[in-house]
Amino acid sequence: MIVTKPRDWARIKANLESIDAKSVFLMGCGQCATVAHTGGEKELAVAKARLEADGYQVTGWAVGEVACHLGGTKLETRKHFGSVDAADAVVVLACGAGVQTVADAVKKPVFPGLESAFLGTVLRSGVYEERCQTCGDCVLDLTAGICPVTTCPKGLLNGPCGGMWNGMCEVQTDRECTHVRIKRRLAEQGRSATRVIPAKDNSVKLKPGSINTRERKGQ
Amino acid sequence: MSRLRDALDRGEFVITGEVAPPHGTDYSAMRASLDTLGPLCHAINITDNQGATLHLSSLAASKAALEAGYEPIFQQTCRDRNRLALQSDLLAAWTLGLENVLMVTGDDPRSGDHTKAKGVFDLDSTQLLAVAKGMNEGVDMNGSELTGATGFLLGGAMFPEAEPWEIQLERAVQKAEAGATFFQTQAVMDTDKLARAVDALAPYGVKLIASILLLKNGRVIDFVNTKLAGMMIPDHIGSRIKGAADPMAEAIALATEQVREIRDIAHGVHVMPLGADDVVERILEGAGL
Repeated sequence: MIVTKPRDWARIKANLESIDAKSVFLMGCGQCATVAHTGGEKELAVAKARLEADGYQVTGWAVGEVACHLGGTKLETRKHFGSVDAADAVVVLACGAGVQTVADAVKKPVFPGLESAFLGTVLRSGVYEERCQTCGDCVLDLTAGICPVTTCPKGLLNGPCGGMWNGMCEVQTDRECTHVRIKRRLAEQGRSATRVIPAKDNSVKLKPGSINTRERKGQ
Repeated sequence: MSRLRDALDRGEFVITGEVAPPHGTDYSAMRASLDTLGPLCHAINITDNQGATLHLSSLAASKAALEAGYEPIFQQTCRDRNRLALQSDLLAAWTLGLENVLMVTGDDPRSGDHTKAKGVFDLDSTQLLAVAKGMNEGVDMNGSELTGATGFLLGGAMFPEAEPWEIQLERAVQKAEAGATFFQTQAVMDTDKLARAVDALAPYGVKLIASILLLKNGRVIDFVNTKLAGMMIPDHIGSRIKGAADPMAEAIALATEQVREIRDIAHGVHVMPLGADDVVERILEGAGL
């Protein structure tokens, strides 16, 4: 999931002050930000109380099913049209995609209420680890399901680097070297890892990414 | 013709040293270091933003070393340049007369003086070696023919004491197969492990140049143990220097013993005097070189 963390409150306030906003509509997300405890109903209630304590009027709040789904978010904001319309600004407690989707769905100034951290795994409640760069050129087939692009601090496809010491990472010295983990898991599975992984094709990840599965053949 | 290549081909025991380009535009300190170490060595490594800290480029400093009459080993890290820049610099290096290249991954930017920098690592050192080998054969990374090929002697880094050893060895073999014909090692503390590496890599026809570090005082030992990635001075060596009445004399004695042992095991020695360039001649002479 997309892991988010709270944005510096002073920055949120500075954003609101920049347009002289007095009233705010809050939006969360029923998916990742709810699971990460950063943009669910509870966190929206906390943000509402905090805004009110700082003198803002909170005209309403909503946690849509998926903030980054344009159709769903348009529907959600339409359901709350009155309170959105009464607000000077909308603060979104969701990832960057969610914030942009809300910004497309409403005509009000929209500000991010969270920082998007990474695409990762929930190891246990409140503990997250980055796992994927969405690079579009997956090597997990060759690396025993452990992503070196993400979990090696240098993103080396062929490792370890010269800094590995007793199997531990040079950069994050309390972590095992990703390449050592990969080779161990491959060995445990009886798979060989002698081939060199070629350089990545960065062209598949040129921004902005766009996929349209609706395009018909021949069109 | 690369003197280093020539000596390695002849089976001569080679000596390399290293100097850092300036953090600025004044070459005088580097030049002084070159004038001390250069005459003792077959070739001198010119580091590339070592420790992820800003220095004048290895490319220009290598050329300066060449002009000063010494043979440089142009170092290229994968940290600061993408595949276009790396290839472009390799082509430039060849036209500037630089014949020896050492490809390394490079320390992470977080460990250097520009901690907010983005680490590029578009290629890793194995991939970069393969690219340079292709350039020697007249093609760029895409396989497009170059108007004029390079003819580099290609080297990589390896660490004989790294554990797990099988993984380190596999990595070194990959580099050899990608194009490395010589390795320079991280500082050697255990010559048995160096011998293990030399034996294991013998079938690949690569030459090993083993490094020694002049552990001139306790501060250097603590620095290596806490700051240098992938290096640890064993206690028996640390206490030998720290407990000595004259740590510098003891460090010279230790280095001399190490060079003597390396001479019987590896194909060359790489001396890292950590600033004490003036004692290198004594160490080499003491070791019978």
